[in-house]
Amino acid sequence: MSSVVPAYAPDAPGRLAGFADATASASALRRFLHGLPGVDAVGLEARAAGLGTRSIKTTAKAYAIDLAISMIDLTTLEGADTAGKVRALCAKGTYPDPTDRRTPHVAAICVYPDMAAVAKEALAGTGIRVASVATAFPSGRAARAVKLADTAEAVAAGADEIDMVVDRGAFLSGRYMDVFEEIQAVKEACAREDGSRAHLKVIFENGELATYDNIRRCSWLAMLAGADFIKTSTGKVAVNATPPGTLLMLEAVRDFRAATGVQVGVKPAGGIRTAKDAVKYLVTVNEIAGDDWLSPEWFRFGASSLLNDLLMQRQKLSTGRYSGPDYVTVD
Amino acid sequence: MAFEYAPAPESRAILDLAPSYGLFIDGEFAEAADGAVFKSVSPSSEEVLAEVARAGEADVERAVAAARRAFGTWSALPGAERGKYLFRIARILQERSRELAVLESLDNGKPIRETRDIDLPLVAAHFFYYAGWADKLAYAGYGPDPRPLGVAGQVIPWNFPLLMLSWKIAPALAAGNTVVLKPAETTPLSALFFADICRQAGLPRGVVNILPGYGDAGAALVAHPDVDKVAFTGSTEVGRSIARTVAGTRKRVTLELGGKAANIVFDDAPIDQAVEGIVDGIFFNQGHVCCAGSRLLVQESVQDEVLDALKRRMATLRVGDPLDKNTDIGAINSAAQLARITELAAAGEAEGAQRWAPPCELPSAGYWFAPTLFTGVTQAHRIAREEIFGPVLSVLTFRTPAEAVEKANNTPYGLAAGIWSEKGSRILSVADKLRAGVVWANTFNKFDPTSPFGGYKESGYGREGGRHGLEGYLDV
Repeated sequence: MSSVVPAYAPDAPGRLAGFADATASASALRRFLHGLPGVDAVGLEARAAGLGTRSIKTTAKAYAIDLAISMIDLTTLEGADTAGKVRALCAKGTYPDPTDRRTPHVAAICVYPDMAAVAKEALAGTGIRVASVATAFPSGRAARAVKLADTAEAVAAGADEIDMVVDRGAFLSGRYMDVFEEIQAVKEACAREDGSRAHLKVIFENGELATYDNIRRCSWLAMLAGADFIKTSTGKVAVNATPPGTLLMLEAVRDFRAATGVQVGVKPAGGIRTAKDAVKYLVTVNEIAGDDWLSPEWFRFGASSLLNDLLMQRQKLSTGRYSGPDYVTVD
Repeated sequence: MAFEYAPAPESRAILDLAPSYGLFIDGEFAEAADGAVFKSVSPSSEEVLAEVARAGEADVERAVAAARRAFGTWSALPGAERGKYLFRIARILQERSRELAVLESLDNGKPIRETRDIDLPLVAAHFFYYAGWADKLAYAGYGPDPRPLGVAGQVIPWNFPLLMLSWKIAPALAAGNTVVLKPAETTPLSALFFADICRQAGLPRGVVNILPGYGDAGAALVAHPDVDKVAFTGSTEVGRSIARTVAGTRKRVTLELGGKAANIVFDDAPIDQAVEGIVDGIFFNQGHVCCAGSRLLVQESVQDEVLDALKRRMATLRVGDPLDKNTDIGAINSAAQLARITELAAAGEAEGAQRWAPPCELPSAGYWFAPTLFTGVTQAHRIAREEIFGPVLSVLTFRTPAEAVEKANNTPYGLAAGIWSEKGSRILSVADKLRAGVVWANTFNKFDPTSPFGGYKESGYGREGGRHGLEGYLDV
């Protein structure tokens, strides 16, 4: 399979025609979001658990493992990050398994904005993208001017993708229009001088949105505001990506494309550590949104430790034996 | 490249299937008095699984006599002692659940995903639940000293062979009765494995007797003068003849018969979960479920949205080898049942309803029917009135809650119904007006040993499960 991350499609002209009314005013936006079909938590969780029982073996497993590797946003978001650490991670993302050069490379390396330039340089010519968390990640608690400057800096430093966090405080207090306008403003800040634009991923922090109804509303809000991707979480809180929350977001992007013709990607992040978990997510993508989303262009895993488990499973499939953690690199 | 799931078959190696099986009478396996046998066939491959002794009148005579002899000692045991046996059976069922799940999938055609995750856990749960009642009968609300009835003659269907056995045998034994049970002729094997479990548990001889056979054996059992209680799950037609047989006798009767459950989707429903509930309601167990939600009543204002989502979902259902862990829909239980489903579906088309099924390749051997949807169905169509007992959903529409209730109740049956709405007050008011034994809200086909189950009108009488299920086996 190809491990090349495809180029992003330009924005469809006339995007979101028919939804202008929904965002015409704060009250219209509120009415629209609260008019979305409700989510029954018990049913949603049962569906996610049911998809988790699919048994993926042999050829299907080999396909899923390579696909999952190619979808990883290999991430380091530590206060102690250094240029050396970031360069090591870039090398790991480029050649995940030094013993098998057929192993696909990851989709992107995800770093803080001040490390974007380092990553950009280290990844030159690999086809791997640089993703940068901006907008006062992970809390999102800063003045809008600061968030926009944060974004512009990251884009200027070469970030191909911006992972922004929504203002959960504004969302939970019902100020949907504030969130909407902030996403739009950040999207504008993603513009480069040559007229191209960094790709915008909008992080909800599902654990802090608390209810499934809120996750569905936030999905639509972000997509109406121009998100290219919607992402579950920062990975910095107690509850990060969950199978039901991701399933719900996959339903939202599926319904959004049916309504507008615009396809939006989904990125679960935080807490996905094993190949088994990753395969369950891919099954969910396949059966909920459909195989149009089964590519790094439309689905990503935000993870740091997942890659090594995928590599160990990959080695197991090709050799028939478990090799152990010393047979994959630590970076 | 699409994500194709490679086959993930459960191993048959765990199952030790003998070439032939006998009747289980008085703690022993025995041949039929007249030496008759029949074959049990796997509906997914038409492979002969085993030859089974076929019970006749003489065998019914022997089995009832054995149950009568055993009744004296069994009913005299302290409840706690009976409970011990039931707990032991429940634990063995759990220990052997993988083996039994494989057997049930092979013999019935239902997917291993369901036998493994639904049937077997529920079977064990029923024995655990009624084991707990065995020493508490005096506190069940039927007076200080409720007495068992005597010998229970039980006839069960082929759709949930082991689960229906547990619904019948567990409360009967807990209450102190002894049992003669006839499994269906297309699915006798798991009941015979259960007979082995009774021996493994050291259950006294004659307390449980299993008579594989056809309708003639069932009729003889029901008519036998020394049977005190008749319990039947199956078709309304057979239920009627049983009611005629026992009319005027002292026998107690419980009948769980057919259904044509309405699954009502209001415009404020959680649509994605409602679609799951619709799928679960009609395609669970290939639609071989008496409480299947076979009539979808959808509010006109959300009809298109619900139908689009339903069709998209149906296209992801995987039909095929029941032993593949990824199979959602297995085989139709028998050629006769397949013929009946085919005939009724043809009637739906002939009467003007629009038929739709997702593209799916059906295996060449065995009995198969693709999950099917009929839109434009009205109350006047046969497919809206008759129980199809297969993976065929009829979609009707309504405009107001009153119309939904009227249409839901406009059926000779009354076993189950479903309501989908985010509005609690609407759920309560509609549930109150539905004439159905079970009403599910924002879910469907959920079973639990503590919850009574049974019907109104032609869906039968009596309740199974819960404290109410004990009542059918006690002199109260």
